[in-house]
Amino acid sequence: MDLNFSSVWQYWPFLYNGALLTLKMTAICAVLGFALGVLLSLIKLSKFRPLVWFGQFYTSIFRGTPLLVQLCIVHFGLPQLLGMPLSTTQSGILTFSLNSAAYISEIFRGGIQAIDKGQYEAAMSLGIGYRDMMKDIIIPQAVKHILPSLVNEMIALLKESSILSYIGAVELLRAADQITVMTYRFFEPYLVVAVIYYVMVMILSLFAAKLERWVNRSDRVS
Amino acid sequence: MIEFRDVHKSFGKLEVLKGINFRVEKGQVVTLIGPSGSGKSTILRCINLLEQPTSGQVFIEGTDITAPKVDIQSIRKDIGMVFQHFNLFPHMTVMENMTYAPIRVNKVAKDAAKAKAMELLALVGLTEKADAYPNKLSGGQKQRIAIARALAMEPKIMLFDEPTSALDPEMVKEVLEVIKGLAHTGITMALVTHEMGFAREVSDRICFIDDGQILEDTTPDLFFANPKTDRAKAFLEKVL
Repeated sequence: MDLNFSSVWQYWPFLYNGALLTLKMTAICAVLGFALGVLLSLIKLSKFRPLVWFGQFYTSIFRGTPLLVQLCIVHFGLPQLLGMPLSTTQSGILTFSLNSAAYISEIFRGGIQAIDKGQYEAAMSLGIGYRDMMKDIIIPQAVKHILPSLVNEMIALLKESSILSYIGAVELLRAADQITVMTYRFFEPYLVVAVIYYVMVMILSLFAAKLERWVNRSDRVS
Repeated sequence: MIEFRDVHKSFGKLEVLKGINFRVEKGQVVTLIGPSGSGKSTILRCINLLEQPTSGQVFIEGTDITAPKVDIQSIRKDIGMVFQHFNLFPHMTVMENMTYAPIRVNKVAKDAAKAKAMELLALVGLTEKADAYPNKLSGGQKQRIAIARALAMEPKIMLFDEPTSALDPEMVKEVLEVIKGLAHTGITMALVTHEMGFAREVSDRICFIDDGQILEDTTPDLFFANPKTDRAKAFLEKVL
């Protein structure tokens, strides 16, 4: 067996910058996807039929087509309509946020529907308006229940960000590609990248477990 | 204070209220009793529009709250409600449960809201639970907090929807004592309960409801000693 990791290490700035972009994209898209997802779930739960149809149609589009196809449409297709190019970062943020919103809205819808209707009635009987009721009473309880699903979605986002390499964004996977070109070695760069993804996911899971314990503090009996 | 004029309510094809007319004067305590499914909870829930009447009118202090464009929120904040299943907010401490709406809705200053909450906790005998989360409380304690939470809004009317039905028997008394303490303090009260002894003791009036109609509307002494309708007689024979 002929393994040579030192040739990979000499290009560590590539990996470092790639990992940084991966993390940055994941963080931005998670936040935007979350915000859009919450909004979309409220749209789907509204009493106004056309809004509900829009929400369902939106979700079916993003769930029914491959993420890579969506990315190509945004990055290569949209500029043709807009008459201006989109940077890989812009395309990435747009596609991943919109895509993530579709999934998160479904997670949220389930979480909100699982809240006992007595909670709504108690809030209403206290004169609390719809906005405050959702923001401070219903959604915080829903988030608690769906936290594990949200973490899964964030992990998926982090891993799927690797397809940004397809449109030329120099994230972690693309950084490995570049190292293979320069070193003519394949196994080592990709293995190292796999390990970096794995470590990032593990750190995220660990953080999520801590967060989960914190939000469940009100359930502790002693 | 509260007036119903020919209130009907249907859920789909099922007509639950079949023309309810009744009045509750300021400061009065009125108890609605009757078999389950008779519509008594629905009457209570029409008072703060948790149920919207299908037809008819409900007046609160002279305002027709069933009229279009009525600001339901501003009416609800003056009507406290206590539910069978407490419905405390589980992610908030007792103190947060009791101060959220006063601060948010009534725009009371935070310190004033807290002071008021402590006063009410003293009233229900649970000062030491201010920082506890609801799931650390017993059923009776939860219900006393729920009553205190409703009172924190300084409501003119209090509605009690079977407040002791979900409690273990040994906890019923502590909750009834709190409710009894509120009666005849100037607050208008409407109750739905199966505790007949309590209803007799605390009420100014009893309304007997069966099949979506008020069959009797009289004083507790007259009702329990001498019910007029056969259905009320049959009901009392079963429950007393």
